[in-house]
Amino acid sequence: MEIKLIGEKRAILIKVDGELDHHMAGKIKDAADRKMRSTNAVNVIFDLSGMTFMDSAGIGVMMGRYKKARTLGGKTAVFGTNAQTLRIIKMSGMDKVIKIVPGFEKAVRYIDKGEIYNG
Amino acid sequence: MDNTMNAEFLSISENESFARVVASAFAAQLNPTAAEIAEIKTAVSEAVTNAIIHGYENSTGIVRIEGKIHKNELEISVIDYGWGISDIEEARKPLFTGKPELERSGMGFSIMESFMDSVEVISSLGEGTTVKMTKTIEE
Repeated sequence: MEIKLIGEKRAILIKVDGELDHHMAGKIKDAADRKMRSTNAVNVIFDLSGMTFMDSAGIGVMMGRYKKARTLGGKTAVFGTNAQTLRIIKMSGMDKVIKIVPGFEKAVRYIDKGEIYNG
Repeated sequence: MDNTMNAEFLSISENESFARVVASAFAAQLNPTAAEIAEIKTAVSEAVTNAIIHGYENSTGIVRIEGKIHKNELEISVIDYGWGISDIEEARKPLFTGKPELERSGMGFSIMESFMDSVEVISSLGEGTTVKMTKTIEE
């Protein structure tokens, strides 16, 4: 896991590597919340391209960050999903509130312009 | 070919990945597709996480996985000897979570039901919980 600040967008980029289960979820939550607090970031971007496994703990992590961002007036976008991840995200209904985009640039554009990205 | 396996481990979150690997390695004998392997891993991960978080809430115990292969059907049971579930019907409801403060999504049983062919929950208070799941792997 790697968390980077994209300062000019007031966003944090959370790059998840390997497996996102209940064990990893706590570490990611803590690190992400610390980073948001210390940098005044309000937006969250998840990069799941290096993630090899996710169960419902991943939904908890993403929903939790979405709620935090929303409270601060920010947005949440996700890219790098595979078929399995997408299936779980859609089962949860999370795709209605978190934007799933094809890549990093689209994620930034969604957050930046405040526009709904359609395809 | 019929086969069985059993594995036991401590109910700590580090063992969630161990449980997934054990279950998927056992299931590999049925030549599942990559998607089927992912489904089995996810369902087992949900059951084992439940055992760790809810079965042994605030304590540590043993989680046991029993695997059976009969013809082309895989059966995986995830067993804990913890608190037990008082209302199974409620626990299985989509989006029900016994621990909202942990940011749990309440999707565990929905995922198990969607990714496996059958999910059976047997639980008694003070004795523990068994989640028995089956999945047929088409040849």
